[in-house]
Amino acid sequence: MDLVIARPEGLYCPPGDFYIDPWRPVARSVITHAHGDHARTGNQHYLAAAPGEGILRSRLGSDINLQTLAYGERLKHQGVTLSFHPAGHVLGSAQVRLEYQGEVWVASGDYKVEPDGTCAPFEPVRCHTFITESTFGLPIYRWQPQAEIFAEINQWWRGNIEVGKASVLFCYSFGKAQRILHGIDPSLGPILVHGAVEPLNRVYRKAGIALPPTLYAGDFNKNDPLLRQALILAPPSAGGSTWMRRFGDYSDAFASGWMRLRGTRRRRGVDRGFVLSDHADWPGLLWAIEQTGAERVMVTHGSVAVLVRHLREQGLDAQGFSTEYGDDEEESPMPEVTA
Amino acid sequence: MKAFARLYSELDATTSSNAKLAAMQAYFAEAAPQDAAWAVYFLSGGRPRQLVPVRVLRDMAVKISGLSEWLFEESYQAVGDLAETISLILPESPHSSDDGLALWLEEKLLPLRGETPEVLGERLPALWAQLDRASLMLCIKLITGSFRVGVSKLLVTRALAAMAGLDSKRVAQRLVGYTDLSHRPTAERYLQLIAPESSDEHAQRGGQPYPFFLAHALSAPVEQFETLLGPVSDWQVEWKWDGIRAQVVKREGRLWVWSRGEELVTERFPELQALLHSLPDGTVIDGEIVVWKDPSAITEDAFDAQQPAPPSVQPFALLQQRIGRKTLGKKILEDVPVVVLGYDLLEWQGEDWRSRPQAERRARLEQLISDCRSPVLLPSPVLEGQDWVDLARQREASRSLGVEGMMLKARDSLYGVGRTKDMGVWWKWKVEPFSVDAVLIYAQRGHGRRASLYSDYTFAVWDGPPDSSERNLVPFAKAYSGLTDEEMRKVDSIVRKTTVEKFGPVSSVKPTLVFELGFEGIALSKRHKSGIAVRFPRMLRWRQDKPVDEADSLATLQDLLG
Repeated sequence: MDLVIARPEGLYCPPGDFYIDPWRPVARSVITHAHGDHARTGNQHYLAAAPGEGILRSRLGSDINLQTLAYGERLKHQGVTLSFHPAGHVLGSAQVRLEYQGEVWVASGDYKVEPDGTCAPFEPVRCHTFITESTFGLPIYRWQPQAEIFAEINQWWRGNIEVGKASVLFCYSFGKAQRILHGIDPSLGPILVHGAVEPLNRVYRKAGIALPPTLYAGDFNKNDPLLRQALILAPPSAGGSTWMRRFGDYSDAFASGWMRLRGTRRRRGVDRGFVLSDHADWPGLLWAIEQTGAERVMVTHGSVAVLVRHLREQGLDAQGFSTEYGDDEEESPMPEVTA
Repeated sequence: MKAFARLYSELDATTSSNAKLAAMQAYFAEAAPQDAAWAVYFLSGGRPRQLVPVRVLRDMAVKISGLSEWLFEESYQAVGDLAETISLILPESPHSSDDGLALWLEEKLLPLRGETPEVLGERLPALWAQLDRASLMLCIKLITGSFRVGVSKLLVTRALAAMAGLDSKRVAQRLVGYTDLSHRPTAERYLQLIAPESSDEHAQRGGQPYPFFLAHALSAPVEQFETLLGPVSDWQVEWKWDGIRAQVVKREGRLWVWSRGEELVTERFPELQALLHSLPDGTVIDGEIVVWKDPSAITEDAFDAQQPAPPSVQPFALLQQRIGRKTLGKKILEDVPVVVLGYDLLEWQGEDWRSRPQAERRARLEQLISDCRSPVLLPSPVLEGQDWVDLARQREASRSLGVEGMMLKARDSLYGVGRTKDMGVWWKWKVEPFSVDAVLIYAQRGHGRRASLYSDYTFAVWDGPPDSSERNLVPFAKAYSGLTDEEMRKVDSIVRKTTVEKFGPVSSVKPTLVFELGFEGIALSKRHKSGIAVRFPRMLRWRQDKPVDEADSLATLQDLLG
């Protein structure tokens, strides 16, 4: 029996009568993580992993009807045993394990296999059927160890300080920004953040994640000499806006897995592209799938056709699942071009 | 190799000319002369012929990476650049060679040319394993002759001039012919580029041509010419020939022929060697090489520029056939004979004449051609008109005469460098292109900045009139340019929605889009399904108002053939 099927409202578990990350309002939702394309408003009941509570409430409203489970804690609902396991994607992100009459399915949501210190590291879960994402599902996507990327960012920042330029680093406000704060060398200079980033920093700090002190960029005037030493983290949407004027002569950069390709890097039009992603790269996807021991793999959002064909060549029973995930700005290389 | 790879990334990452200039200056300041010699060669557009067939590179990459062929193809389609794709899928090398660019080219890469796939299969992986990712991508671009980076020759010239403390015109002069394939870049040649100015600079030149002076397009309506250009009497007017722009250099008892691409083409035009004995040493002529209809029929009149013989050039397509040949047999030399239509004199009696006015150069040139009496050197006739309107009327004959329109050269103009305007100006006043309304039937994703966008299209016309019961669309041209980014995005999204079938990278689409296609020339061709080949096709306009049924047919193209 299929424990998860695709329905117009989202991925649905028939025996348990609930949805995983539904894109339309439903009665019962199970949420893998708090990014906008996975956690949406309007559901009557939410179930999520406990470390994600702060973020979910800050994004969806403090009054949502939310129940949480610690990682590994089991909940039995209409004969389906449900538990959350770390996905290593962002704070509170989880894979959902479902067990019913001896059959085990795991829905991964989004995941990353390299531990980064800002959330519980990815943990492979044995199952019969694995539902995987495929955002970076092509062999051209292979990440360098993040320590090398942070060293590159530090070097760029240091270089800018030497020539008296502000360093504006565009990155997504939830997850990527905190990971960068956690990984860079805060002794180089002051760190400023955009108004979209700071509330998430607060939640991370409250969850016990070590982040260096940050200042609110809006508090500074255009000619403040401190800006020329500063690293500024801002969401991509701030680029080209009047908000940027206060930094005067600055160098800009973008941190994303898509920066792996020259074409996307050049279309972004920033000085530097740092290849830093919160998703698994190609070897990461294949490793994670192998670790689950699953014989059947359902592939969602990303390079669905490619990953399905490749897994079939490896002798697995693979098929694509059509979903509405991946339209968050985080997961699309250049929405206005490839839409 | 590493340093040049770093320079490449820096140039590739920025759109600012100043940043590019600074990056090049920094590179040249550090680089060993033999490496800098090759860097100048590649940056100023030099391309050695392909060293290894692309097919072999792909096979090697597939083999080393262990990927299936289709997965490699999918990756290539996403990246849009072969060298980059290979560098992304091969395992990253733990080593990184410190050998310089010159050593890599001369000892490792150039010797690969002509090797069998077996030998390449042994050597390539060993070479690739010595390179970090950025160097590997660069290496493959050098191997395939596809190295391109957004710097103009002018910018390279400025970087060298700034570093060496020279006038950039001087460097431009020295750079002419630098990328020609017949001699390799060497440390010595590089050092000559940046050497302090010497008094006998001129004498050192040997077969060196001058930088070509280039024309600007004139598109204003003829009514405005009087205001824009002044009276017609201030101008020297000629036909705009559709041939190969060339300089004939005669010095030290030798004759050289250079093309506009600064390639030495002496050997491709053996009949021009006849000029060796008729031109005095210290002569440089700028002109156009064209296929001449019947040189034996040329009468004495042809040497008299006041009574120009009617132009009887043959279509460029014929010249192209000749250029494509590896060996020039007797038959082709007889069937496709060429002449030089001289239009400027750059050096006379060993003296640089470029800073003399156009009219003076022209007068001297006519005298020279007349004295020379060679059947392979004719003057490009000067056209006379009472006023601009009169000339516009004469210009209408362009197509039937086989020319592209007219050239307007200010009589007091000096001979400038490249597309400069500060020493006088040349205008090209071209006739409107041919145009037909054609249907988009195939689309392919582009490269570089257009990677992953469907930006390269194949166009078709109908093979019968609208009322015929069974007619088909016949492909006849490919076009990539002419659309705005915004239009291209829209077409891209329509292509994705209307794709019928995929053949590798090519998508066939449901015929729904009509474009007005412009092109410069049209000729019969056995190689094309439609039986017709067009030159420089590009999109003039998206005909959103026109249904597919009303697109043009083969009959329209045949009419244009005349």
